Amino acid sequence: MELETPSGNLFGYTGARAHQSGQGAVVFVHGTGMDHTVWVLPSRYFARHGYNVLALDLPAHGRSQGEPAPTIDAMADAVIEAMATANISSAALVGHSMGSLVALNAAARYPDQARSLALIGSTAPMGVHPDMLRYAADNNHDVIDMLTYWGYSKAAQLGGSETPGLWMAGNTLRLLERAPDNLIHIDLAACKDYDTGLSHAQAVACPTLFILGERDIMTPVRSAKKLISAVAKAQVCVLEGSGHSLMMERPDAVLDALITIV
Amino acid sequence: MSKIKTFGFDTLSLHAGQQPDPATGARATPIYQTASYVFKSPDHAASLFNAERAGHVYSRITNPTTAVLEERISALEGGVGAIATASGQAACHLAIATLLGAGDHIVSSRSLYGGTHNLLEYTLPRFGISTTFVDPRDADAFAAAITPKTRLLFGETLGNPGLEVLNIPAISEVAHAHDLPLMIDSTFTTPYLCQPFALGADIIFHSATKFLSGHGVIIGGLVVDSGGFDWAASGKFPTLTEPYAGFHNMNFVEEFGPAAFITRARKEGIRDFGACMSPTTAFQVLQGMETLPLRMQRHITNTRAIVEFLATHEAVEWVSYPERPDHPDHELAKKLLPKGCGAVFSFGIKGGREAGQRFISRVELLSHLANVGDAKSLVIHPASTTHHRMDAKALAAAGISEGLIRLSVGLEDPDDLVEDLGQALRASQKS
Repeated sequence: MELETPSGNLFGYTGARAHQSGQGAVVFVHGTGMDHTVWVLPSRYFARHGYNVLALDLPAHGRSQGEPAPTIDAMADAVIEAMATANISSAALVGHSMGSLVALNAAARYPDQARSLALIGSTAPMGVHPDMLRYAADNNHDVIDMLTYWGYSKAAQLGGSETPGLWMAGNTLRLLERAPDNLIHIDLAACKDYDTGLSHAQAVACPTLFILGERDIMTPVRSAKKLISAVAKAQVCVLEGSGHSLMMERPDAVLDALITIV
Repeated sequence: MSKIKTFGFDTLSLHAGQQPDPATGARATPIYQTASYVFKSPDHAASLFNAERAGHVYSRITNPTTAVLEERISALEGGVGAIATASGQAACHLAIATLLGAGDHIVSSRSLYGGTHNLLEYTLPRFGISTTFVDPRDADAFAAAITPKTRLLFGETLGNPGLEVLNIPAISEVAHAHDLPLMIDSTFTTPYLCQPFALGADIIFHSATKFLSGHGVIIGGLVVDSGGFDWAASGKFPTLTEPYAGFHNMNFVEEFGPAAFITRARKEGIRDFGACMSPTTAFQVLQGMETLPLRMQRHITNTRAIVEFLATHEAVEWVSYPERPDHPDHELAKKLLPKGCGAVFSFGIKGGREAGQRFISRVELLSHLANVGDAKSLVIHPASTTHHRMDAKALAAAGISEGLIRLSVGLEDPDDLVEDLGQALRASQKS
């Protein structure tokens, strides 16, 4: 779905089904440097189950145009604008990593638009390793390697994909390599600079589900505790053995968890 | 060199794609010898059929054992995914049929495995796909042969039978300048000796029958997707960029991004053409791949010993191996194949066709058969076997002299191979 918004012409994947009036909605927000393709399985599931799905490419990501949004606030504004353009008044907001901060921010600042919230691989504040920022500033491929391999549990770095025949790390590398120069740095800087996550969490009124990876070293479960305790209606689902790339490592378990909150 | 520590090639050869079996804890990859898989519910079935959940439906399309092999070759090649097929020929056909249709055109190296040449020269034209064959050493010839209908450039890492070293960086540059992908048959080199994606290729296929498995007990193939080609920007591949009515109007580029090609090949090609690999075969290939690095090292050291022996033998006219300074691609081989140039090569025996036949009839340790890449050493004399109907002129046109002997060097003690070759060479010179 092409969306003409104030943030530029954005693209939202609809799960291969056209939106129908009167249906509930699910909005997915991807992580640093990524795009809507990380949500293809749950998007197709919820679209077939009677939801209007919008897996958005944030500005300058994937198929979306426009300038990169430099802050989590600006990204959340872009999401809300895209929802309005798509005639979605409220939705279950689902975000991964950086996208979880965007979803959290949107749910706090635009409470009427958030029916529920799912934060996957999330923590706030979200520290960013200085080497990552440095390599990202130089458009050095090492930042892509860091995001990819630190994003998977050690076991998953050896594969064992639930999607038959797919080499997970390779897929993530190629996806991140498609990001335009400087985009990953802008995304990482936005994560690092987002310092109102805990106060935003206190403002979230809707039911919220945290889906976390037991072996996540980028947003470890222990680091999410403050954020979880700040949310009034929080539930937590920790996926045993999984790293940060939960939708790749454990797509079925993530979907099963999402079904409970969407 | 990345500063991130990742698993190395040898580790991936042993482990990639497999976790201890969640059902039993089995360390080895179990053989899931089953045609189909029980659905948990009608909705679970529907979600599998509609690509909403990961999982297996029917073993023609996916199988847990085969999936381990597909991940392993993807990891070793540096791709995003792979499909295991019934043979190398099936892998080649699957890749072509996924991208091309009637009216489309291929530019290919003319130095090819005979089966591939048959497919391109004789069979695919019946389905409207034509091929122009060019000199593999001439990147400009690839460029000159491209037409508005061209959809694929193709070659082998090491040509057959001349062992031309394909200049993958140069030819991929030609391909990409025309918004076209480059496909490579990497059977002779395996990812241990050459990783074509790192050199610019976009699709790789293998005959897994050869060095990947190494034991000569199976027939199998693999097609691997680099995930790096921009199908949408090319604008030449509607099978990937337009809705596919055969799968609920799925748009592969839009929905699967880097994995668009391999996903289309699975959702359509392996589903409809059906040339899948059996799980038992996949298991057997995996057993071979566990020792791929060790075997390839030995293949190379043995080959170097045999090449050196033959190069100074009085009954040998010439030896063609890219590591030799007199090979036309010697410098390119040093750059692209620093670990070695494979274990298949040719030499010319003095005395022509008759001497070749006497040589073949006297080898005792080497096996006279039509295959390569076995752990056991193999030998064939094309003029008296695969090309026996050709006269000297026709053979020359095919780049094959009457005295050409092709060896596939195995893992035996090199001294035993030298001894066997030596006695057969001596016998070949006695009329």
